[in-house]
Amino acid sequence: MPWTEVAVERTISSRSPDKNAAGRVLSYRDALREALGQALKRDPGVFIMGEGVDDPAGVFGSTAGLREEFPSRVLDTPIAENGLTGFAVGAALAGMRPVLVHMRMDFLPLSFDQILNHAAKLCYMSGGRSHVPLVIRAVIGRGWGSAAQHSQSLQAMFMQMPGIKVVAPSSAYDAKGLLLSSIADGNPVIFIEHRWLYDVKGGVPKKEYLVPIGKGVVRRTGKDVTVVAVSLMVNEAVEAAKELKDGGIDIEIIDPRSLVPFDEKIVVDSVKKTGRLVIADMGWRSGGAAEIILGRIHDRIRRYLKADVQIVALPDTPTPASHRLEKAFYKNSGDIAKAARKAYGLRKK
Amino acid sequence: MARQGRGRDLIQIYETMLRIRLFEERVIRSYPGQEMKTPVHLCVGQEAVAAGVCRNLTDKDYVFTNHRCHGHCLAKGMSMSSILAELYGKRTGCCKGKSGSMHLSDPDRGILATSAIVGGNIPVAVGAALSLKFRKSRNIAVVFFGDGAVDEGAFYESLNFSALKKLPVLFVCENNFYATNSPQKARQPVDNIFKRGGIFGIKGFRCDGNDAVEVFDLSKGLIEKIRKGSGPYLMECRTYRWKGHVGPDCDFEKGCRPKYELDGWVRKCPVKRLEDKLSRKGLLTGSGAEKMRVKIEREISKAENFAKRSRFPNTGELYEDVYWKG
Repeated sequence: MPWTEVAVERTISSRSPDKNAAGRVLSYRDALREALGQALKRDPGVFIMGEGVDDPAGVFGSTAGLREEFPSRVLDTPIAENGLTGFAVGAALAGMRPVLVHMRMDFLPLSFDQILNHAAKLCYMSGGRSHVPLVIRAVIGRGWGSAAQHSQSLQAMFMQMPGIKVVAPSSAYDAKGLLLSSIADGNPVIFIEHRWLYDVKGGVPKKEYLVPIGKGVVRRTGKDVTVVAVSLMVNEAVEAAKELKDGGIDIEIIDPRSLVPFDEKIVVDSVKKTGRLVIADMGWRSGGAAEIILGRIHDRIRRYLKADVQIVALPDTPTPASHRLEKAFYKNSGDIAKAARKAYGLRKK
Repeated sequence: MARQGRGRDLIQIYETMLRIRLFEERVIRSYPGQEMKTPVHLCVGQEAVAAGVCRNLTDKDYVFTNHRCHGHCLAKGMSMSSILAELYGKRTGCCKGKSGSMHLSDPDRGILATSAIVGGNIPVAVGAALSLKFRKSRNIAVVFFGDGAVDEGAFYESLNFSALKKLPVLFVCENNFYATNSPQKARQPVDNIFKRGGIFGIKGFRCDGNDAVEVFDLSKGLIEKIRKGSGPYLMECRTYRWKGHVGPDCDFEKGCRPKYELDGWVRKCPVKRLEDKLSRKGLLTGSGAEKMRVKIEREISKAENFAKRSRFPNTGELYEDVYWKG
């Protein structure tokens, strides 16, 4: 397969990936678009399908213009989420590398049968003789009254399905490198993109490169509290770090980049140093990604903990529409800072 | 015996049907021994559909099937040993003991997936057909499903998309009139499965699913057209399962179905029907049929011995193949 020709970039900086950028700055959306263009060019087995992937808006710009360049391999589709996922699974089983795009992650529950019962299981059920190299791009977002069915971050549901990988890049550099890795991967990958990240800019090399799935990165070093932040929460944590620094708390920010597989070591190493942990996710609290992460690592970190672990996640209610209620619902840098202070043992300023 | 042409096809089909029948009968006999610990959904009575359709396919054509899959897998050329070992949960099974009876597969024979989710494999087959179209292949995908599967939305989503993209896929509904124990008339207002592709522009045909010749001829014509780029077709083959929904027993004694209904279908036994037809045409003699039976029984015994003697997977293999490492 053409993908075997790409050398995996294992030497990626564990501090700031942006240092690899070779001076070129791109937005998260353009990084995704560039990755898709390069994947389509590299491998005739790659194709993109989904509702509106060829329209002028191009899924928030991330697929814009690809149809003109690759007319037969950028397929607008009916709105048949479960069917589409099955079509992609079948094409993948038969040797293609489909990228299925959903403009809202909320539409994925319609395809749970194909994701959970088929994509996730076919490698195992076949004793490893078949596999499903499928990427499902799922856009999450928040705000502006998007309400209960256009806002959900459902990563935890997919983290509970063995056989699926779950990836959530927070930087433009990772968006490109992880998307190329996901397409090259032989497994089904749920690729989570936060709408608020599309305009975030960062260094992105022009060449193809792969960011390994399952390897976290330290976004900011600090000695007092470890903050594990998922997707957009990385940016919120960076804001929180500025606020906390004034108050004398130095947080270390870990961006796991992928939730399955999860880089336990990078978190454990950090907690060994700080003795305090905050986990910030965009999904719900109960049974959410943050609780799953905590469950995974708790045995390995509890002897280093100097304070209770704090979780920053959504309250267990559906998303409200009213701006006033949204403000109470969503979590931001202020909530992360508050949780870090609590973990550090200080009362609110 | 006929060495070429249609006669040869019919004899091959007969042999395939007999293999399926005798295989299933062996499963029925061995099952109470409790060594096969997997729910079996037997296709006794439905052999003509699998044998008739698959006779028109090559290893490079894809077949997708469902929980009642033994017949399709045998008709597509899977080895009995690999299937039986899988039913016995052994490491030598086609899926290393991970699939059991309901998820048999063999990519070398074009059986890419078997789904026990009713209707679940219909879109998957359409996706494989999409892949064939991308590759400009002359091969096709065939998906076998029951009348219960047409209750599912996935069926209609698949008809729509495959017609839209003119995909090389043959939808084969084995209408045995039951979904578990619910009769078709309790689930569907109109008995017209073969017409359900019509609203998408897909032509459908109904045939006697217990007449292997009819199944073979109809599918042969449709498959040839699909290979030439016609797009999808839908076949409804009316047939009947002799055994209960699951397990080696009949179920009429539990009140699941009326006995007279089963008796009527047993009189239309597809294996016997083809045998009679072939002997009337002088294509098969009584001793020829007997020789075939002996040969197949020997094959089954060999496969059963292989399955029983094979080793179980090591418990460490539990963790293998969750993710593709290639």
